[in-house]
Amino acid sequence: MKAPAFDYHAAETVEDAVGQLAEAGDDGLILAGGQTLVPMLAMRLARPSVLIDINAVSELAGIEQLDDGIRIKTCTRQNVALNSQLIGESIPLLAKALPFIGHHQTRNRGTIGGSIAHGDPAAEIPLIAVALDASIKLQTKNDTRNLSAKDFYEGPMMTLRKDDECLTDVTFPIWQEEGKLGVGFQEVSQRHGDFAIVSVAAQMVLDGNNVCQRVAIAVGGAAGIPVRLEKVEANLTGSVINQETIGDALTNMADFLDPVEDQHGSAAYRRRVARVMTERAIWEAAA
Amino acid sequence: MTKRDITLTLNGKTVSGQADPRMTLVDFLRVVLKATGTHVGCEHGVCGACTIVLNGEAIRSCLMLAVQVESQEVITVEGLCEEDGSPGILQDAFRDGHGMQCGYCTPGMLTSVHALLQSNDDPSDEDILEAIGGNICRCTGYAQIIDSIKIGAERLREDKS
Ligand code: FES
Ligand code: FES
Repeated sequence: MKAPAFDYHAAETVEDAVGQLAEAGDDGLILAGGQTLVPMLAMRLARPSVLIDINAVSELAGIEQLDDGIRIKTCTRQNVALNSQLIGESIPLLAKALPFIGHHQTRNRGTIGGSIAHGDPAAEIPLIAVALDASIKLQTKNDTRNLSAKDFYEGPMMTLRKDDECLTDVTFPIWQEEGKLGVGFQEVSQRHGDFAIVSVAAQMVLDGNNVCQRVAIAVGGAAGIPVRLEKVEANLTGSVINQETIGDALTNMADFLDPVEDQHGSAAYRRRVARVMTERAIWEAAA
Repeated sequence: MTKRDITLTLNGKTVSGQADPRMTLVDFLRVVLKATGTHVGCEHGVCGACTIVLNGEAIRSCLMLAVQVESQEVITVEGLCEEDGSPGILQDAFRDGHGMQCGYCTPGMLTSVHALLQSNDDPSDEDILEAIGGNICRCTGYAQIIDSIKIGAERLREDKS
């Protein structure tokens, strides 16, 4: 398994990187942590003419506090995010999901932006981005635009990012609602660190009477893209959280899912597991 | 594609070689620099045999390109030996604790643990499992590896004091 030949350019600035991308036409790829791209090259699933390496671009790494969110620059390593106090306090749902990604050695290299841009339907970071409706910034030589994570994913490994766009950062909103904020993350995989078969993320604010003020729930691995359970969210919002209301809210939830079948499980299995995991994630967020 | 010149610090020494952009770091270490201590198992990031220490952090060298290591600092299993090439403290501990059988996974285990011990010289079982959770061993069943790591960590602490 050796990669096909390609050219390599180590970008020094964002401008340099997007300039190179523009020049490469539809044949260039950004190299961030490489934890997915390098194996894809080795298996010849990706055949770029040039790789534009952004690992040395200092303006593309770091975590910043904004008024209403946390901005994570694209090349921030997953382990740096995992150890970040700012993320632990302000985006607890992301902090909860990060340990499930790969292994210690791959998190030392793997990046937040790389995972979001790749868009694996089973990956944890895209799931959290969709659950919290993070804002994704894309930059070209001449332009920048922001997309909502909810709109960003089109299918497995397919996103709205155009060939000449570099994902530069992603901003996760901080919820301002009064009340107790809780988060839940549940995942089924063959072994810890393996790709998730199904994963569910939930974030909820409860008031003093256990009434749900706001909730966001997303399911990964149960369709071609991470799916927000908007109907379930609407049913739960304004209700007291108990066995009955959760059960009611989850009736028919499997109808919103369109899971694949593979060696790890049938579509029926995934639907069933997704429902169980969703219930557990909600309870975890409510605890 | 034209070969690139690459210079890095490998186990404390400045070394150079040439590689195509498509060459992985593990192939560069083994084939070009002839540092064959680092093993290569799966070549796509799932087994951990190729683990090295890059600027103090354990990473998989099959998931990095040789051209990316320009001016960086790398420690491989060779760097854990004594000056004269005899086994270092951690390596000795693996022998005494029967932490290896065929030895294929061992360089990756040793480098992962070396990186761990730099920041945590008295790791708990949980810390150890986290550090080597991405390293597959098909022989030992892991229990002796964990014992060996504890022996090694203790000896390294004594050595320091
Ligand atoms: S050879 Fe690199 S992880 Fe298996
Ligand atoms: S000792 Fe044989 S693979 Fe670990």
